[in-house]
Amino acid sequence: MKENDVILRTVTRAVVFIILTFGVELFLSGHHNPGGGFVGGLVLSSALVLLYVVFDIETVHQGVPFDFRKIAAFGAVISLLSGTGAAVLGKPFLTQGFGYFDLPIFGLTELATVTIFEAGVALTVIGTVVTIILSISKDV
Amino acid sequence: MNNILVLPMLLPLLTGFVLFFLRPSVKAQKIVSLLSLLALVAIAGRILYRISDEGILRLDFGGWAPPFGILFVGDSFSALLVLTASVVSALIIAYSFTATERRMENMFFYPFAFFLVAGVNGSFLTGDMFNLFVCFEVMLLASYVLITLGGGKVRLAESMKYVAINVVASWFFLVALAFLYGTVGTLNMAHVSVRVAEAGQGPLLSAVAVVFLIVFALKAGLFLYFWLPGSYSSPPGPIAALFAALLTKVGVYAMFRTFTLMFYHDDFIMGTIIGTMAVVTIIAGCLGAVAYTDIRQIASYNVIIAVGFMVLGLAVFNEEAFKGSVFYLIHDMVIKGILFLIVGAMVYLTGKTKITEMSGLIRNYPVLGWLLFLTTLGLAGIPPLSGFIGKMYVGLGAVEGGNYFLLFIGFASSLIVLYSMLRIFMNCFWGETIINREDQRLYPARRLIPIAILGVLTIGIGVGAQALEPFVSDAARVMANPDLYIDAVLGEVES
Repeated sequence: MKENDVILRTVTRAVVFIILTFGVELFLSGHHNPGGGFVGGLVLSSALVLLYVVFDIETVHQGVPFDFRKIAAFGAVISLLSGTGAAVLGKPFLTQGFGYFDLPIFGLTELATVTIFEAGVALTVIGTVVTIILSISKDV
Repeated sequence: MNNILVLPMLLPLLTGFVLFFLRPSVKAQKIVSLLSLLALVAIAGRILYRISDEGILRLDFGGWAPPFGILFVGDSFSALLVLTASVVSALIIAYSFTATERRMENMFFYPFAFFLVAGVNGSFLTGDMFNLFVCFEVMLLASYVLITLGGGKVRLAESMKYVAINVVASWFFLVALAFLYGTVGTLNMAHVSVRVAEAGQGPLLSAVAVVFLIVFALKAGLFLYFWLPGSYSSPPGPIAALFAALLTKVGVYAMFRTFTLMFYHDDFIMGTIIGTMAVVTIIAGCLGAVAYTDIRQIASYNVIIAVGFMVLGLAVFNEEAFKGSVFYLIHDMVIKGILFLIVGAMVYLTGKTKITEMSGLIRNYPVLGWLLFLTTLGLAGIPPLSGFIGKMYVGLGAVEGGNYFLLFIGFASSLIVLYSMLRIFMNCFWGETIINREDQRLYPARRLIPIAILGVLTIGIGVGAQALEPFVSDAARVMANPDLYIDAVLGEVES
């Protein structure tokens, strides 16, 4: 049976970008305000899951051809290595640093190494959530 | 800088993730695993020596000083267990190189074995109660995967029970943590200890202590062991060996840490409750070990008896008994590793599980038979093997503390252990052989080597107890004098 989901498909096309933007916003604001890699990752993965629900798995895979299990593992490696970097420099494991840089366009910007750690967390969350959803959907 | 302290947890984690990407090539996975395991053993040894030189080490993650940050603390007790766990898991994983089905190797067997090791090492090293919970979860999640890997009706049924019981236990753990934080306002172990001592261990704190006791008893198989025989006897040899050698010991370690460092003020909990639980555990374990004819069940009940015996040392509560328990913990990791590997091998070779169905294996597999005999003697605590020294110190401690009943139960259990193991040895290895030379399944030397090395270790720990003694004494000294631990963690902060 083919469902009539024109409205859902049309809305999704627009909404996915809003969700993705919101996810990135949450991820970046996490440094000083509520948010961060975990929540940002959850929101980002909800956009992907919405795509999987509305279109089918094969179609989405053509657009996003990643093995999400590997993305999860890759994210965890990034997080671990960002902590190890401090150890290599002789600081306690997981020490984070930050500095202010004068960038073009952005002006004076605070850049912190914790963003790398959070990026790893976000990737792990995305990879894990999508893997879980895909594995559950396969069995049904 | 003490960054070396994080390596026993970091290295297995990183290895696990790297192995994830090496999935297509099983050979590359094995090479990376082996190198990483060797490095792990070297690091653990180095930590132990640094502790004996420099005293208790601590590493504040991210430079956040305790009690505000999370930290790893390495004292002799943790370092000894990390070293033993690393050596034993290295040998068991080396064994599984040749004994694991291709299907399981493709389904991320090695990465999860490494995550298990990471969780175990992290639990030994952490100095923060919440971090202990996290490390427990890392270890348990890996164990959920390993126990279900490969499937099969019996295993899935057993793993459902295992997962359910552990999820409930983890929930209790969280509740206990919440109570603890609500009562003393901190989760740093040393800081908790200071505050409990200042406030006095009143009814509320004793209740929290009992909840922790229930949690760790569930994990260790102390008194609340009903889930253990089923779930330890269903997975294949190497996985069962990893579980039996490492998992319950982490529960026992956590119990020692909690009740020697933080909640040592209440004699009723220490002596009566823990002592009773230990005695009941030993007696029930003995009944199980004698009653069953399935060799995997007998081996699992031997795990329970050993847990009861180690906790006897905690119930006796003096330095001598702690020393015995530390020795016995080290011994038990090694000996349960061998026992479960041999039992797994016997099941693999004969395709049978009951002692009544096997006989005469010594003609087919003499080396395996004699290794089982060695294990039997080691388990029973016959000198000069590794079990003896631990039992002796626990006995000395019990005499010193006047706990003659505990002493009697502990030593009487040795006889039952000896009987239950000899039953396996005599029924399965003596008598008419059931396997023709032609049908005999080959048991490659590559598999025997890790078991034999473990066998050499159990002799080595017994004979070389003198060399281990300074480290073990130091571990027991810190347990008997919590101030040493507290000073090492909070000393510089308060001054």
